[in-house]
Amino acid sequence: MRQYLRPAALAIVLATLVLGIAYPLLITGVAKVAFPGKADGSLVKVGGRAVGSSLLAQAFTKPVLGPNGKPKVDSDGNPVTEPDPRYFQPRPSVTGYNPAGTYFSNRGPNSAVAAYAFRANMRAYLALEKPYDPSLTAATVPVDGVTTSASGVDPHISPANARVQAYRIASQRGIPRSEVLKLIDQNTDGRSLGVLGMPGVNVLKLNLALDAKAPTS
Amino acid sequence: MAMDLLALAIILGAIVVCVVPLGSYMARVFTGERVFLTPLVAPVERAWCRLLGTSPERGQDWKAYAKSVVGFSLASWLLLYVILRTQTIHPWNPENFHSGTWDVTFNTVSSFVTNTNWQYYGGETTMTYFSQMAGLTVQNFASAAVGIAVAIAVIRGLANRSGRSYIGNFWVDLFRATAYVLVPISVVIAIVLVSQGVLQTLGGYVTLKGLAGAQQTLALGPVASQEVIKELGTNGGGFFNVNSSMPFENANGLTNALEIWLILLIPAALTATYGRMVGSRRQGWAIFAAMGVLFLASVAIVFFAERHATPAQQFAGILHSSGNMEGKEVRFGTAGSALWAAVTTVTSCGAVNAAFESLTALGGISPFSGLSVSEVVFGGVGSGLYVMLIFVILAVFIGGLMVGRTPEFLGKKIEAREMKLATLTVLVTPLAVLITAGVAVASKYGAPSVYAEGPQGFSESLYAYLSQANNNGSAFAGYTGYYQPQPGNIGAHGITFADLLGGLTMLGARFLPMLLVLAVAGSLTAKRAIPASAGTLRTDTPTFVVLLIGVVLLLGALTFFPAILLGPVVQALTNRLF
Repeated sequence: MRQYLRPAALAIVLATLVLGIAYPLLITGVAKVAFPGKADGSLVKVGGRAVGSSLLAQAFTKPVLGPNGKPKVDSDGNPVTEPDPRYFQPRPSVTGYNPAGTYFSNRGPNSAVAAYAFRANMRAYLALEKPYDPSLTAATVPVDGVTTSASGVDPHISPANARVQAYRIASQRGIPRSEVLKLIDQNTDGRSLGVLGMPGVNVLKLNLALDAKAPTS
Repeated sequence: MAMDLLALAIILGAIVVCVVPLGSYMARVFTGERVFLTPLVAPVERAWCRLLGTSPERGQDWKAYAKSVVGFSLASWLLLYVILRTQTIHPWNPENFHSGTWDVTFNTVSSFVTNTNWQYYGGETTMTYFSQMAGLTVQNFASAAVGIAVAIAVIRGLANRSGRSYIGNFWVDLFRATAYVLVPISVVIAIVLVSQGVLQTLGGYVTLKGLAGAQQTLALGPVASQEVIKELGTNGGGFFNVNSSMPFENANGLTNALEIWLILLIPAALTATYGRMVGSRRQGWAIFAAMGVLFLASVAIVFFAERHATPAQQFAGILHSSGNMEGKEVRFGTAGSALWAAVTTVTSCGAVNAAFESLTALGGISPFSGLSVSEVVFGGVGSGLYVMLIFVILAVFIGGLMVGRTPEFLGKKIEAREMKLATLTVLVTPLAVLITAGVAVASKYGAPSVYAEGPQGFSESLYAYLSQANNNGSAFAGYTGYYQPQPGNIGAHGITFADLLGGLTMLGARFLPMLLVLAVAGSLTAKRAIPASAGTLRTDTPTFVVLLIGVVLLLGALTFFPAILLGPVVQALTNRLF
């Protein structure tokens, strides 16, 4: 067997140097030169400061204030937050939109835990949107708005979901809904090459456009 | 729906048009003919051979070939173990990660060396960039190249007319699979992936304050260089814990299509390599056709199933006619996730772009069935073809019995020794699955999930070992052998019992069939070819394709039907919540 182990050891060491060091460094070098922004995480900057990645969802929440006027904290001491109604809301996430510690929700099709989670999401969605869109019912809520994404940081919502939220945004920002719908169209990532994948509205880009169009205090 | 079907047709069409060009290219590479890369690669090959003390002219019989495979895999295993256990001294470790424990590392190393890439670790929470590059990326290449090499050796065994017992030279095959096939495609497609937003950087994690004030930390890393070979080599181990559902691994509809294309590319093209090397393209197309039919069936099941909401979703008032978007990404939709689910499980890839645990019960049957037919529907790079050739031998034997003739395949008589080896080959994996899944379900780690979650709890355990034994690596990730990540404890890991049982399963179910298949090749290679006669059962006709499909399905169904009934089928038959 020894006559096989010597070439084996040599082979894997060589492979490690070439495929494990040289090849990734080569790709990194080319990427740095050719696609600097994209290779580094597609960061979106406002006034020189990075506010997120256009490929990742982030929370658009605000702290809940307690009766004493101070931010409320939960039993673990973490601040309690609620959706900020001035912004379009991304899909629910089990990870709290954490791109540095990702995991699936892992809820089966007949899982009771999942069923109650969906119901809680449904109630939250209706509580946020129904005041602005009285015709909304559970049956007409877009399914992506109440189910968790796979990555926990799905940057998109469906166009239908965005159009529902447009009622709230128009009212909160004091601009006509038609303006909001126009912004939605402008910030919808279509199917790649017109056919691959599904169209999705990029929530971060849309909210940025919204802030530029109708700033709030 | 029409658009989804069009996208499906485009992706599958893009694979079909590559079968002959890439298949012929690989055949030329492995028979030492000149190809366009020869001027560039041949000098490197000479240097490689000189260093290793071998040459393309020095043939190996099956035993020497097998020993080389085992020697190389052993050396790979040891080096990867050392790398993963010494993370504290690594360069490119911006987050100062420590090494994993011995048990998780045992599982991970076995997983990557066997082309399984089952993950009991979270990439972005436990692995240094150096581990991802020099450890895991290398095995993504190496384990794939080993698979291709063995498949080529088996083809040579069938095609050999010289009467000598050689089936090639492993070291040369290993080099050629890597340098002529895997690396060139990887370099080109990695750059394309970066152009779409897939990460490729050695910079540390970035913490920023979001638009509405929420703080967010972005895990970065050299992703594209690993992503491409993860798919091309049907490996499937994600840089991120959530694998190809992470936008940084799979940014849009185009990268999704590209990655699906990469997964199927080599397994599909190898059928043409086989056809060309045995001197009859029809032989290759016959195998391609059998694989294609089974594949389309698998796609259809999950594609239509995922267009409906699950019972848990209907509980919340979601209409049954809504697509199942739980555990899926908007940019892929249910169609892009369904196609991926079928592709990744018929091949031995196991990368996922949606959570399998959250598939509809009916849709979940698709991954189960892909694994139950021993991953011969295109299958892993190399392993799919070499196991399928064993099924061909079985089909030839059964066909021979039906017409009352001594079975022969490509002019070589199939006799008792080959049949014994072939039968063992196709039984090793199912046996490994049923025994380990049985042990796992009965153990104190598996039983509670069956009580708590009903059929899904059983599915999780069964799938865990079905996936590891078939060197796939996808998971119904609610499996209780795994400490579930949760807020505050994202560094999840397998429990020792599952780490060890899974690791041993992967090693056994990879190398035993591989050695048995090489033995079959060794036994066939020296046989004198006899000319075909009127009584020969032809293996390149539609009739034979049907027979082959029948044999594959029969064996899969006989082995796994009862187990799958208890899991996804029971689940699909009830609206009860567990």
